[in-house]
Amino acid sequence: MMLNQFLLLSAFLFGTGIYGVITRKHTVLVLASIELMLVAVNINLVAFGATLNNAVGQVFALFVLAIAAAEVGVGLAIVLLIYRNLRSANPDDVNVLKG
Amino acid sequence: MKHYWFLDNAWLIPLIPAISYFVILLFGKRFGERAAWIGLASIGSAWVLACGTVVQWISHVNASEHGGEPGGEHGAVETIRAFGRSIKLAAEGASAGGEGHASFVANPIIHSTTWFQNNGFKLDVGIHIDGLAVMMLFVVTTISLLVHFYSTEYLKGDRRFNHYFAALSLFSASMLFLVVASNTLQLLVGWELVGLCSFMLIGHWWEEKPNSNAALKAFLTTRTGDIGLLAGVIMTFFVVQRYTGTGSFDITQVNQAAIGLSLDGNSKSLLFWCAAALLLAIIGKSGQFPLHTWLPDAMAGPTPVSALIHAATMVVAGVYLGARVYPIFHEGLNIGDGGINLMAAVGGATLLVGAGLAFVQNDIKKVLAYSTISQLGYMVMGLGVGAWSAAIFHLFTHAFFKANLFLGAGSVSHSGAHHSFDMKNDMGGLRKFMPKTFATFMIGTAALIGVPLTAGFFSKDEILATASANEYTFFKYVGLLGAVMTAAYMTRCVYLTFFGEYRGGHADHGDAHDSHAAHTADGDDHGHDHGHAASNDHGHDANGGPHESNFPILGPLYFLSFMSIFAGWIFAPMLHHIFHWEIFEKFPLWVDPHVGSRGFPILEHPEFAWIDPILATAAGVVGVTLAYLFYWRKAYGQNITERNGALGAGKKLLVNKYYLDVLYTDVIVGATKGPIAQAAYWVNQNVIDNVLRYTGKGAAGAAKFVYKYIDQKGVDGIYNGSAAGTSALGGLSSKLQTGRLQYYALLVLFLLSAVAFAVVITN
Repeated sequence: MMLNQFLLLSAFLFGTGIYGVITRKHTVLVLASIELMLVAVNINLVAFGATLNNAVGQVFALFVLAIAAAEVGVGLAIVLLIYRNLRSANPDDVNVLKG
Repeated sequence: MKHYWFLDNAWLIPLIPAISYFVILLFGKRFGERAAWIGLASIGSAWVLACGTVVQWISHVNASEHGGEPGGEHGAVETIRAFGRSIKLAAEGASAGGEGHASFVANPIIHSTTWFQNNGFKLDVGIHIDGLAVMMLFVVTTISLLVHFYSTEYLKGDRRFNHYFAALSLFSASMLFLVVASNTLQLLVGWELVGLCSFMLIGHWWEEKPNSNAALKAFLTTRTGDIGLLAGVIMTFFVVQRYTGTGSFDITQVNQAAIGLSLDGNSKSLLFWCAAALLLAIIGKSGQFPLHTWLPDAMAGPTPVSALIHAATMVVAGVYLGARVYPIFHEGLNIGDGGINLMAAVGGATLLVGAGLAFVQNDIKKVLAYSTISQLGYMVMGLGVGAWSAAIFHLFTHAFFKANLFLGAGSVSHSGAHHSFDMKNDMGGLRKFMPKTFATFMIGTAALIGVPLTAGFFSKDEILATASANEYTFFKYVGLLGAVMTAAYMTRCVYLTFFGEYRGGHADHGDAHDSHAAHTADGDDHGHDHGHAASNDHGHDANGGPHESNFPILGPLYFLSFMSIFAGWIFAPMLHHIFHWEIFEKFPLWVDPHVGSRGFPILEHPEFAWIDPILATAAGVVGVTLAYLFYWRKAYGQNITERNGALGAGKKLLVNKYYLDVLYTDVIVGATKGPIAQAAYWVNQNVIDNVLRYTGKGAAGAAKFVYKYIDQKGVDGIYNGSAAGTSALGGLSSKLQTGRLQYYALLVLFLLSAVAFAVVITN
């Protein structure tokens, strides 16, 4: 079984996602990076499901997909409103709650 | 073993129109109105392939009949691989129970590939080609081809011309997919796609509210029946599981399991509920009483679509399902026993209900719609009384003459009545203006009312003859009564449309349209094709008066008229009795499933007796005569329904469609809606309000006490103290709140990494 390869791919994708979330200067790209992290998680779930011969992994992956879709909907709506209010989509400009 | 290319590759037939759907949808704008030719070409090639399957299936049957290979090696190899023991039983049954027609085995051509598999369960998708499927492939592609061709003229200049042809392609593709389905789950997919496409096409002119309402009604009503289909399809799985140990949706296995379980004598209730659930699906899809109400409203769609829905695709899907898994019905509902059963009762009721309603319609398409309901009742009743071949044959002939009538009505409306379908106000006397349309319409009418030697005569006759042979005498008389009514309402329809004086002479074309648009808003008395935008582009409409249609409309009518007469001659016991030519009894040979008595109930074809055609003809004559006296000569005076109480009450009942729509919207929906609202209101007023009132009073009393002694002295002190402390802490922690999103993300990452690290170490 090539579980290791799947896990490595997943870890790489997850790392890429984290890097994107922390460094990108456009909120949409931050959201896209979050998607990347979710995909990494899905790969893990499916890979483990296949290795353990258990359908739960696939089922969870489906749930994650569904929730990710909902999350993107909300996320994009927030981005849109931020852009309307601030005329910018840079996450650094959203600092109203600064202490 | 000979290979039958067309039969083996029948999966191409649904695939081609499906591809055409995507091509038109994605690239339609680039082609403009030429997109219609993509649809036409795709359905044309599907038609050629379907004709190929017809030819090869006939040679397959002939080869099997003349002792080519007992068991038909080609099909048998496939079948044995699929399910070990059953095929041997089928062959035995065939040799044992061979009385004349069922004495040889012509196996269906089955090919399949894995759709998906999970945890040991494998689901196939594939083709199951037998006489029934081949016949349906031919009918669907033929009617669809003619409708495509007709539509190029009828919808010229429509605002969503490409969209229309795309939907038409998908509609044909889904129906063909349903027809070739090799398992019930695949059939369900095709079934739902057909429902979706009919929704799209009925609501083609959705800008007008009645049209989109009609589309919704069609979708939701058939959906009610689809619950039955879903339940039934799941039960077919368990029928097979009960019989063989492993469940399956495969149609051949389902049929064998139904027969086998019934022979074993147990599991009758499982078969009954499976049959009942599937019957509900048929009731919804095929417009059977009491869920037929969507079908007349579906007239809101363009006329060629109505022809397609009524002749070949949507509504016959239900009958096809009934024929496809017939053993379930046959064993579950004890069809072989005679007397009365659920399926025959539903069909018989529909037959009379539909025919009755056709009398009071002023819209020519609605007359035809109710006539379709009534004819579908014939088919379902035919299946219910064990007249499988006759019911399927009626489906076959009905497809041609009903398409002929619908397209004829479209021609009348398109060229003779300013796109209106109102017989009372916009038609009359069109015989003189449109002689060719008149001739084809008369041929279709003759076939529908069963004038001797036309297609409808033979198919209806065969249903009635088999009904009496199978000891369903009651349903034979229901059928005869239906024939009387059919003859009568079609006479009325033809009289109003083609005879008398032309009543559509509105001076101003535009005004006529506006007034009709207003009519449609307040009810369904005036069905109406809303090609207004289109009609302005028609140069010839400027001339106003009614005139003959041109070739794209008349061509299909000629072909369908030809078929309306001669399609019946391949199953004509009467002609066979006189001439003894083989061609007159080929249909049951080609279409009946020759899989032996363990795979399908033995189908009886009664001996010909002169009494049947004589009775049927007499019924037709009585109907025509009565209608002639009543509507044409006005033998009972002008307004008999207003003067005679009983007749008036009958008419009122019919005009209101037996109050079924009232029952559905007001009684059922209203009854569930109203009491719930009232109960909720009562609970609100009496329970919740009182609870709130007394809680409020109690709380007020308690509050006074609390305020004086606890709040002012104890709590305030604590708060003031803690507020000072919090303020100090907050000042500290606000240093962390940089307000930068990604900084927070980094913090979370560090924290989680720390937790993960801790977990790894401690483990």
